[in-house]
Amino acid sequence: MPEPNQDVIRRSGELASALAAVLPKGAVLDREDQRRVYESDGLTAYRQMPLMVALPETTDQVSKVLTICASFGAKVVPRGAGTSLSGGALPLADGVLLGMARFNRILAVDYANRCVVAQPGVTNLAISDAVANRSFYYAPDPSSQIACTIGGNVAENAGGVHCLKYGLTTNNIQGLEMVLMDGQVMRLGGRHLDQSGYDLLGVMAGSEGLLAVITEITVRILPKPQTAQALLVGFDTVQAAGNCVAAIIAGGIIPGGMELMDSPAIRAAEAYAGAGYPTDAQALLIIEVDGTGEEVKVLAERVSGIAADHGASTIRASTSDQERVTFWAGRKAAFPAVGRISPDYYCMDGTIPRARLAQVLGQIAVMSERYGLGVANVFHAGDGNLHPLILYDANNPGELDRAEQFGADILRLCVAVGGVLTGEHGVGVEKRDLMGEVFTEQDLAQQQRLKCAFDPDGALNPGKVFPTLHRCAELGRVHVHGGKTRFPELPRL
Amino acid sequence: MTEIFAPPDANQVAEAVSQAASAGTTLDLRGGGSKVAYGRPMDTDVILDVSALSGIDLYEPEELVITVGAATPMAEVQSVLAEANQHLAFEPPNYGHVLGYAVGSATIGGVIACNLSGPRRICAGAARDHVLGIAAISGRGDAFKSGGRVVKNVTGYDLSKLMAGSMGTLGVMTEVTLKTLPRPTQTRTVLILGIDAETGLKVLEKTAGSQAEATGLAFLPKLQSERSAVLVISEADSVTAMRLEGAGDSVSDRAMVLAAQHKDAKVQILDHEDSLTFWAEIRDCTLMPTSGALWRMSVPPASAAQVAARLAVDCFPEILFDWAGGLMWVAMKDDDPCEGPVRDALDGLSGHATLVRATEGIRRTTPVFQRQSDPLAELSARIKEAFDPQGILNPGRMVAGQ
Repeated sequence: MPEPNQDVIRRSGELASALAAVLPKGAVLDREDQRRVYESDGLTAYRQMPLMVALPETTDQVSKVLTICASFGAKVVPRGAGTSLSGGALPLADGVLLGMARFNRILAVDYANRCVVAQPGVTNLAISDAVANRSFYYAPDPSSQIACTIGGNVAENAGGVHCLKYGLTTNNIQGLEMVLMDGQVMRLGGRHLDQSGYDLLGVMAGSEGLLAVITEITVRILPKPQTAQALLVGFDTVQAAGNCVAAIIAGGIIPGGMELMDSPAIRAAEAYAGAGYPTDAQALLIIEVDGTGEEVKVLAERVSGIAADHGASTIRASTSDQERVTFWAGRKAAFPAVGRISPDYYCMDGTIPRARLAQVLGQIAVMSERYGLGVANVFHAGDGNLHPLILYDANNPGELDRAEQFGADILRLCVAVGGVLTGEHGVGVEKRDLMGEVFTEQDLAQQQRLKCAFDPDGALNPGKVFPTLHRCAELGRVHVHGGKTRFPELPRL
Repeated sequence: MTEIFAPPDANQVAEAVSQAASAGTTLDLRGGGSKVAYGRPMDTDVILDVSALSGIDLYEPEELVITVGAATPMAEVQSVLAEANQHLAFEPPNYGHVLGYAVGSATIGGVIACNLSGPRRICAGAARDHVLGIAAISGRGDAFKSGGRVVKNVTGYDLSKLMAGSMGTLGVMTEVTLKTLPRPTQTRTVLILGIDAETGLKVLEKTAGSQAEATGLAFLPKLQSERSAVLVISEADSVTAMRLEGAGDSVSDRAMVLAAQHKDAKVQILDHEDSLTFWAEIRDCTLMPTSGALWRMSVPPASAAQVAARLAVDCFPEILFDWAGGLMWVAMKDDDPCEGPVRDALDGLSGHATLVRATEGIRRTTPVFQRQSDPLAELSARIKEAFDPQGILNPGRMVAGQ
């Protein structure tokens, strides 16, 4: 993390008073017991007390807070519900933690334009709940959707189990209001499709709180599919399950959701949720097809046929919506279920080309032996997003370190087979030092130049995403080749 | 005549840009040259012809991914995908008809750089939603990449989306990786004939908010429908069209169910072949006039009728509505773009208007794209500088002086 600025720490009293002057009473928290609440996010292995916490309620207050922080040279870390699994909201000792929890209102439900305008602190699930009575929903459904906020979803480009068919956050937002570190407020997009000018909506999605503070979001809502049916399909080998996934897609079917669990995950989930999973299977697929009644019937039959052709040991189709929900209950509870069989677990988030699944799981099993740590795998098979859960006990000296090394090895493997470090949890502090596995210095320099266009002083959430911090002046320097032509043979027509 | 550079590969494109940056030589980036007449006219020193960056580098249908050189002809990409019964779901349009170029000249890089999407945009997303990764050369001559070949990815900023729609002002795309999807095998179109625009738009809104899963929702007044090659459409006084797509026989059942909901109106169902013909006409904008100023407006769909009414007062345009009203093609009677009233028609609404076709002289003096708020325009200028500090890549294509 960047060296704390001692000058800012020395002037913290002055900064707190300046912030208190523009915020409602009690919206600046600087007592130790108040700050303690914010010392970590969903990645609890990292902890740091913030200098102070500011809780604005309006865009204007956010703008003033940022302006004041900029004038003090203080860093700012935005935070939604603090459910980040990559340390995206990890505070800084010399930074103001900007809690967006009070931005908790849905501002407009617009069925005619099929969108909802929400403040960033509204939870993901609250948006779907707000439109459920008219049979609409918001498609991205990260497993933390009860708690995680829509602002955090944009920052991390959150996904869920339906991404292959319905996209990630970036594909489901239409507009934003945001505030730059210099206090300037601007709007992108709105209730229409496609932004004019540069696609800054696309840039903000997954920007991990490093570019601007989001104060309002317009999301697209969809009519709920008329029907949905889930199939539980067990296999004797992971390879067979992987082949079945490929065959379904090659057969022209895009399921609403397609999840794979390996044997340890199946058994843990079944013991916890009693969803009726075949505990003797080496791999389990949950495949959901959705759409109009006619379409679902056809698709479910074709998926069953493909599964049978690929040697499925069990195939069960849900016969009611209640049963469909039960099928999912085990998968959705997979993380707490694994939490029950191990004192601690470390959740990874790599993405791989689907065809490499069996190879990757095989190599993870070898690593598991080598590190002496168990692992359970759940996999968004539709979109190639793998969540290995590394089992460890933090009370055993050295186990956390080993789990982290194991995790880093898994992510390196994901990159080596053509995948990436993170599918939906973000880079944060957790995977920051692995960015060099994916990107060259030149790639990273260009990304940081983009950051400089938004935040030239690097004050917004520094220490996340990028392994090395460069000053914007240094990145902006233009290296002129002295006009000499290095390739005189370049064809000129 | 402007000098033309045509480097044979991506490394030499980087060299050319690097040299241009050193010398301050401005570049007009060309793939197939199909969109020369789109955007603001430029006065550059050199044309950088990247058409050598063509070819399919990787295509794995079961992984739903294709990687191609940026200047690969659209037609080549589409025919390779079709062999595996796949397609680009955003339905890339071909504006040869409205921009006056040879239909075969469009390249994938041009479509992505302009972020152009067809009728299926309403459910499948825009071109930018299908870009998984890019490789590009910045205005510094530095090669950089972003994204990857997988759908789910938050590893670093999504520069792929930034490149999509930036019209070659931020970098020279050399390679593009796209998400492919299975192609629907059956298409039907439910038509309601002869109702007025306001009623038609209401029908589209209702269908968009229903569980019918329509993948195309358009309204055509008589001036547009009579230009269609599909007989039943050409004979109608107006057409409200709702497209259904899917795998197999269930599509015709769904069409019947949807048609039955409008039994008091004059309803027809187009078969698969006629549906393909008709939606290609909507996608490629071939039902609009071939001359005169032409705007493409993106508006909140429920405000389309209001925007049309405002335009009618001063401009008397022909208007075709796609995207359930969210996309309006607005053709003026002559070369006068009627700019003031077009901009005013969006007062108090979110949305934007792009002057897709106008004479070169008019495009020099009339802003082609929507004016941005000052803070946003300043941020965009800083982003341009971050990628192209010397201002050599397609200068002035989107905004004068940038």
